[in-house]
Amino acid sequence: MESTTSIIPPEGMQLVYERPKALVDVHTHYCPGCTHGVAHRLLAEAIDELGVREKTILVAPVGCSVFAYAYFNTDGCEAAHGRAPAMATGIKRIDPSRVVVTYQGDGDLAAIGTAEIIHAAARGECITTLFINNAIYGMTGGQMAPTTLLGQKTKSSPMGRDAKIAGLPIRMSEVLATLPGSAYIVRRSLHDVNNIRKAKKAIVTALKAQINGLGFSMVELLSSCPTNWGIPADKALEWVEENMVPYYPLGDYKVIEAVKSL
Amino acid sequence: MAKEMLKGNNAIAEAAVRAGLEAYFGYPITPQTELLEYLSKRLVELNRVFLQAESEVAAINMVYGAACAGARVMTSSSSPGISLMQEGLSYIAGSELPVVIVDIMRGGPGLGNILPSQGDYFQVTRSAGHGDFHPIVLAPSSVQEAIDFTILAFELAEKYRHMVLLAADGQIGQMMEPAELPPMRPLMEKRPDWALTGAGDRPPNIISSIFLVAEEMENYNKMIQNKLKVIRANEQRWDEIYTEDIDLLVVGYGTAGRIALTAVEEAREEGMKVGLLRPQTLYPFPDDRISELADYVDSVLVVEMNAGQMLDDVRLAVGGQVPVSFFGRMGGVVPMPDEIYNAIKEAYTKTTAHKAA
Ligand SMILES: Cc1ncc(C[n+]2csc(CCOP(=O)(O)OP(=O)(O)O)c2C)c(N)n1
Ligand code: SF4
Repeated sequence: MESTTSIIPPEGMQLVYERPKALVDVHTHYCPGCTHGVAHRLLAEAIDELGVREKTILVAPVGCSVFAYAYFNTDGCEAAHGRAPAMATGIKRIDPSRVVVTYQGDGDLAAIGTAEIIHAAARGECITTLFINNAIYGMTGGQMAPTTLLGQKTKSSPMGRDAKIAGLPIRMSEVLATLPGSAYIVRRSLHDVNNIRKAKKAIVTALKAQINGLGFSMVELLSSCPTNWGIPADKALEWVEENMVPYYPLGDYKVIEAVKSL
Repeated sequence: MAKEMLKGNNAIAEAAVRAGLEAYFGYPITPQTELLEYLSKRLVELNRVFLQAESEVAAINMVYGAACAGARVMTSSSSPGISLMQEGLSYIAGSELPVVIVDIMRGGPGLGNILPSQGDYFQVTRSAGHGDFHPIVLAPSSVQEAIDFTILAFELAEKYRHMVLLAADGQIGQMMEPAELPPMRPLMEKRPDWALTGAGDRPPNIISSIFLVAEEMENYNKMIQNKLKVIRANEQRWDEIYTEDIDLLVVGYGTAGRIALTAVEEAREEGMKVGLLRPQTLYPFPDDRISELADYVDSVLVVEMNAGQMLDDVRLAVGGQVPVSFFGRMGGVVPMPDEIYNAIKEAYTKTTAHKAA
């Protein structure tokens, strides 16, 4: 495994920005303009800030981020499709002092893995989930996800998602917030700098909730998939703001008192 | 330690605890549920990990996670539950993790019933999940053997970094008989080097079963196959009785093997030259010994509580040297000694008539 870069600033200059220690210095396989990379960076910065890299264990999903474990300078493993919360449960129960994070797409978390995420949250499992909601199945080439918007065209809803056939898109943060075991459930977006900053703060809070043993924490991140949406990266970010944010309102869905006082 | 009256499922659970079981994840299903219930108390009292999962799918993935973290871990289920676990078993095989799975087999297919069966022989030995692998499969035929094989299961799992399935029919799980438990062993002292414990003073440990390049995937497969070759060479286990100077060899495992022994003894009292071989490992199958015996017996009778699954393995081991016949009951029916006796008599008469001719 390659180590992180160590930039020596020229004389008279100060280093203000560098690769987080929790990220490995390799090229990722993500498409240009994909927000998976942004989400990785935010998680890595949060891990660095809290000084928990040495005890973090990342559970990667099946989806475009299948190789996430290879991009983080932490221990990591690969779950079966949708099963990351169960796998994370097994890891966490063996050593509760570890910081266990699952990173999951919308097919992974909101379709095939619905039972696992709901029960991990219901048990108040002290793990943190980063939920990448890009309203599509990226890895398999752009089929409809449970979060695909009404009317949205995908490879398996070529005429646009029709509620009569496929029902309505599912709002997972709202669902999980109803469970007593969840401590911190929020939705953020990665479509502009301001929202990215808010997302970072939320990830730090979610990890803190875990470290303090307060229960299940999840940050849902509205994300883009320019490749499978078939639009340029900048337009994809606009699409997130114009189409996804109205259906998936940003905000805090569950913040228990103990988390508020962190 | 003295013998005590023990129920199969409870005995397996206690044996696992004494083998140093650190964590258990499972889901209720008859006829294995006592195992889960027993551990829900025992492990919690010992300050170890017990969790009733939301499904067998979740249970096996929790086992997968706990094994990644380096724990001595186990789950248990019965046939329909094992079907659900197959995805996880394949990932575990693809990640070389030492886990123990107990399968207290019941009648199927479908929801079937809760009665003893050996209908899952193919599932446990051949198709425990997608991809090219076999678990090590141990088949006890008494409560004592269930205890001994539970201990052995953990030893083999850790020796080979491979999954071990303890496959017992429902009868073994449900019956009570006198048996002796081993002394308590300590928990594992140190996590294995490959375990996910946090990349503190070492480079990250990664556990994954993805190999996108065909040649790399093939190399991984070769490694598994080489390991299985060593397992086949070293771990074939069986019990045999009255196998000297016989004309007919009976082969049966688990409860069927045990009932077959009664029938074989009856047949011997009648003067028939018949003996029994009882496989204790279904994978690796004791084919070396069966092949040796096939050199001097005149025929072989296979007895199972299914439609004839181990039969294929016996035929492969016998390699056409002598005729192989079959007697089986299915769907949760346990054969009576008399029925097996009749099958022995029929096979024996055919064999001796053939010899005389
Ligand atoms: C059991 C199983 N079913 C289906 C697949 C195929 N598959 C791989 S990724 C994927 C969907 C991933 O979509 P999502 O979770 O939204 O992540 P994204 O790729 O968009 O990041 C599917 C269906 C699989 N690997 N395993
Ligand atoms: S397919 Fe979509 S989600 Fe996957 S890497 Fe490309 S842009 Fe990102």
